Amino acid sequence: MPIGFEQALGAQQEALRVYQRRHQVLASNLANADTPGFKARDIDFKTALQQAGQSGDTQMQTTNARHMGGDMEGPGGEKLYRVPNQPSLDGNTVDPDLEMSSWAENVQRYQASLQFTSGRFSSMKHAITGQARG
Amino acid sequence: MTMFNVFDVAGSGMSAQSLRLNTTASNLANADSVSGDIETAYRSRHPHFQAVMDGFDNPDSVSVRVDNIVRSGAPVEARYQPEHPEADEEGYVYASNVNPVEEMVNMLSASRAYQNNIEVISTTREMMQRTLQMGQ
Repeated sequence: MPIGFEQALGAQQEALRVYQRRHQVLASNLANADTPGFKARDIDFKTALQQAGQSGDTQMQTTNARHMGGDMEGPGGEKLYRVPNQPSLDGNTVDPDLEMSSWAENVQRYQASLQFTSGRFSSMKHAITGQARG
Repeated sequence: MTMFNVFDVAGSGMSAQSLRLNTTASNLANADSVSGDIETAYRSRHPHFQAVMDGFDNPDSVSVRVDNIVRSGAPVEARYQPEHPEADEEGYVYASNVNPVEEMVNMLSASRAYQNNIEVISTTREMMQRTLQMGQ
């Protein structure tokens, strides 16, 4: 039986962070669907999750309030550039259909992960209060 | 919570697209305007978009902003209409260089992009709502 929230939630919380980050990246792609020269980006969930699990605290130490934080990559690795199916003349590589579908998929996965996490919390609550599941 | 940035990003997209819709409306409204002077003839306006990173702390969020509004350099059409009240001494009036087909395409593209951004905002709101209700 796991002790503590970290163990109880397992990889789900890392997954949620990666989904959240991907959500931001894909929303940025959609917002810039018509920006000339904008290159669509994405993160590879599998490697991102692996790195999120290993990296721990990647924050660089700053000694002055005006220093830039070192956590440039956020949870889980670097962003990759999408390879466009059909290059456009203005150099923009956002394909709105593709972005929308990746984004919808990411939202669903996030909600699934959230559902699992939520379930874990209810289980723990049941364990703490000692009530049988009804 | 990092997801708050998504509202800014999608909001910037919406505002940029609505400005594009606005310039498209101006262009279409002035498609048939004529002028007696080649300098003052209406030239179609198009916003120029630029990607802006929200800051070094958060490189994942890339908003969009309208850099400036560019006037089209396409040649204006000179029409020989000596009876026109605006005609110059040689009898020419100068029509706008608005291309209605191009403008209609811009209008559709802008409205679709606007809708996508709205979709992003409403779904993000729902996601956050569910996150807040976690474990209840």
